[in-house]
Amino acid sequence: MQTPASFEYERATSVEGAIASLEKLGSGARIIAGGHSLLPMMKLRLANPQHLIDINDLTELSYIREQSGEIAIGALTRHVDLLKSDLLARHFPLFRDAENVIADPVVRNRGTIGGSLCQADAAEDLSAVCSAVKAKAVIRGSGGERVVGMEDFHVGPYTTAVGDGEMLTEVRIPLRSGGGSAHEKVERRAGDWAIAAASAAVWVEGGKIADVGVALSAVGLTTIHLTRAEELMRGKAPSGELFAQAGEIASTDCSPAADGRGPVDYKRHLAGVLTTRALSRAVARALQPEA
Amino acid sequence: MDVSITINGEQVSRETEPRQLLVHFIRETPGLTGTHWGCDTSNCGACVVLMDGAPVKSCTILAAMCVGHEIRTVESLEVDGRLDPVQMGFHEQHGLQCGFCTPGMLMTARALLDENPDPSELEIRTAISGAICRCTGYKNIVGAIRWAAEHESAAKQEARA
Repeated sequence: MQTPASFEYERATSVEGAIASLEKLGSGARIIAGGHSLLPMMKLRLANPQHLIDINDLTELSYIREQSGEIAIGALTRHVDLLKSDLLARHFPLFRDAENVIADPVVRNRGTIGGSLCQADAAEDLSAVCSAVKAKAVIRGSGGERVVGMEDFHVGPYTTAVGDGEMLTEVRIPLRSGGGSAHEKVERRAGDWAIAAASAAVWVEGGKIADVGVALSAVGLTTIHLTRAEELMRGKAPSGELFAQAGEIASTDCSPAADGRGPVDYKRHLAGVLTTRALSRAVARALQPEA
Repeated sequence: MDVSITINGEQVSRETEPRQLLVHFIRETPGLTGTHWGCDTSNCGACVVLMDGAPVKSCTILAAMCVGHEIRTVESLEVDGRLDPVQMGFHEQHGLQCGFCTPGMLMTARALLDENPDPSELEIRTAISGAICRCTGYKNIVGAIRWAAEHESAAKQEARA
């Protein structure tokens, strides 16, 4: 039987209360939301929090809305709601691409965007999705809020910028015109972690790529931001050749490890192919939003 | 801590540790061993129960997290000796062999039909993609759920007429 080590449990009734508890209890306290990453880690005794603060009653943290030029997503928003959101699919269709292949529908009823990002597992899809669309994480502590870009949110494997006494409350994605996005993933079987996955978002203006974001899952110790590929594409006209060049950079700049999902060469190849495909589909969607 | 959960419409209270998982809380309740404890890693789906109507994997939820929520297990499907259409479908279409995955399959199927009374084969296969069966090859399970959908809608039409 897999059972977590003993811990104290409390239910938060407000965000302020959860933060006060986190502050009081220090590094031994963890927030639990869907629990579908944390509980398996606790069963394996890879995570041994002394206190769990359950935030599932904080429904004020579950929303997807458009506000002041941004899409705002509450940290407790579950995968199923991200999948079903037409607002999100209209502006950032890569979320629906990804959510269709994150775990399985039953797990998606529990897991949350906040939990996924805070788990910071390199194989997790939403971290790459949020990196590609240049999302910002809103981190709240007793002293107030701070807003951190995804490039600074991921500090290392399973490590984020969220400190003791703080919690992730919201993800914000700036709305810009001419945008298109896509997420491509290859997995061994339905519901599995990615062998490799690529997220791409582009913003096209006057026939040129005004801005672009590309990130990879499962081919390194952390989510990989493909900044070299982004620099290459910015200001250029989109073309198959350009996407292939970006794919080559992806193959070079990722750092996969050989495991049961495949050898290094195969994963590098996949990272390149998926990057090229994601970019191509993202641009097609930017030019023709229905595509 | 005292944990009190509504299971199949009845309040079940027990003094337990916060670390107790929902699947064990349910199975330790007299008469409720229908929910199977399988992989323990949220992969296999044998432990699926409904939480406020939505299917969840009870091996990956703490019992303490379910206080204030309605849990439905496979035992709630049959009422007064009448099987639920999904149970009848599994019977009619031979949707099981060893039966280990069946409770989770039935509850996943029940939730699917509650949300979508007329699912396509692809929708059925997607819905049960988080439930593993090592015997059937899934074909008869898909057929059983399709059978349930057709007979349930026919029964509803008859009831209206």
